[in-house]
Amino acid sequence: MGEAAGTYRKVRLLDAVGMARAISRMSHEVVEAEGGTEGFVLIGIRTRGVPLAKRLASEIERTEGVKIPVGLLDITLYRDDLTTVASSPVLKKTEIPFKVEGRNVILCDDVLFTGRTVRAAMDAILDFGRPRKILLAVLVDRGRRELPIEAQYVGKRIATSATEIVSVTFRETDGEDDVWLLDREAAKPAPKARAKAAPAKSLSARRRPRKK
Amino acid sequence: MTKRPDSPVPASPRRALSKKDLLDIDGITEDDIRLVLDTAESMREINQRAIKKVPTLRGKLVANLFFENSTRTRFSFEIAERRLSADSIALSAAGTSVAKGETLLDTGRNLMAMAPDAIVIRHSRSGAPHLLARNLTCAVINAGDGTHEHPTQALLDAFTIRRAKGTLAGLRVAICGDVANSRVARSNVSLLTKMGAGVTLCGPRTLLPAEIERTGARIAYRLEEAIEGADVVMILRVQKERGGGLGFPSDREYYEQFGLTPERRKLAKKDAIVMHPGPMNRGVEIDSAVADGPDSVILEQVENGVAVRMAVLYLLIGASGDDE
Repeated sequence: MGEAAGTYRKVRLLDAVGMARAISRMSHEVVEAEGGTEGFVLIGIRTRGVPLAKRLASEIERTEGVKIPVGLLDITLYRDDLTTVASSPVLKKTEIPFKVEGRNVILCDDVLFTGRTVRAAMDAILDFGRPRKILLAVLVDRGRRELPIEAQYVGKRIATSATEIVSVTFRETDGEDDVWLLDREAAKPAPKARAKAAPAKSLSARRRPRKK
Repeated sequence: MTKRPDSPVPASPRRALSKKDLLDIDGITEDDIRLVLDTAESMREINQRAIKKVPTLRGKLVANLFFENSTRTRFSFEIAERRLSADSIALSAAGTSVAKGETLLDTGRNLMAMAPDAIVIRHSRSGAPHLLARNLTCAVINAGDGTHEHPTQALLDAFTIRRAKGTLAGLRVAICGDVANSRVARSNVSLLTKMGAGVTLCGPRTLLPAEIERTGARIAYRLEEAIEGADVVMILRVQKERGGGLGFPSDREYYEQFGLTPERRKLAKKDAIVMHPGPMNRGVEIDSAVADGPDSVILEQVENGVAVRMAVLYLLIGASGDDE
């Protein structure tokens, strides 16, 4: 699903099973690095950081039997590009029903790209208090950073070109678990060089996923 | 649309209000109203944080022009501006060139030369904000013009009602008191009927405006009749400075007939809420026992005013506005 206009599906990065395995592994890494299930919280960046945070929490609950607090963060008001967009992006609610003071905050997002979203999220978190540490968990790290930001927990690392797009969909937000690498039609190799059938368009009528 | 490829959330949906200004409820759509109320829900959360400030309007300038007395609205706008990190300046009629006889339009044009992003204006003449909006390129927000409209008050009232009742559609709202002089009533009738609530206007005949039927609201001349079965009872201030006090013989008499007493309050639904836009004349249009009672949301109205004004400012000047 979900090719934006003028893009095509290049390669599948993770299917539903692959996503589940990656998230399961990440949840174990978090518990190992944190030395248990105490003293840390998960905060998902809206929109698709939220299902990642919730799944990490449910994985940890399944294996450790402990509920980790999960918060939701809308970073719109902290964006650095509000002066370059034509109209104000729709705000969604931020819900952080616990103290971040003195705890480790693990920010969760679907894709780590330029790092600007994470920069905005860190600013937002600091307005809620002074966490002991802020860490980052992402399902896909696609490189091409514009800020000095690094993820501690990564589902899949991949080097990408500037024209490519990583499309992550979650069951909760989009109906299915899937991760695709898309590319712009303009960057597609000539049909002669690589004769490949056009990807199926039938599924693209569904809600457009967020692209990075 | 210009979109930087590296924007943090490139594909997030964007919507703005349908106009560059917020002048009156008549001029905005149901979608606009819903967008403001939904955005205000997010803004409300900021007002409950330890650090009540976000950097969203950094570098934006908002000029507050209050040509008429105001405490609540003026503070509310200033707080909203500061919580969004906008720079705000205040101008009142006394001590400025207005006192020297400069026309409103000249004041506006001169101010415009200093490039504010928005002007918030309260004026005793109906239509003053519209005059500025037609002639200036910045966003103009009406903070009350004469006896015409007070759109942000209606929006914050709607927000308060929606938080208490979950919806606006289908509610029975009684708006009682000095309707003739009330811009709050005018904006509220317009907004609430637009959103599907049933409005009853009530007051002494002398304080109901001519051609009141045209509002589409039900009219009642007795308070009891208006309140009976209402979900929301909104009491208006008797506006003595606008001659509202001339419409009845004495405060005592007004209270006897139109004051919201605990007994009269019982005629409304059990879970009804009581509202008042402030400032209150205690013992005239409302009894203290009701104003400070468990059904009163009067202070919540004030609290919500900040969130609603933050939403309006964000939606009007949060983005650059340069499309294509």
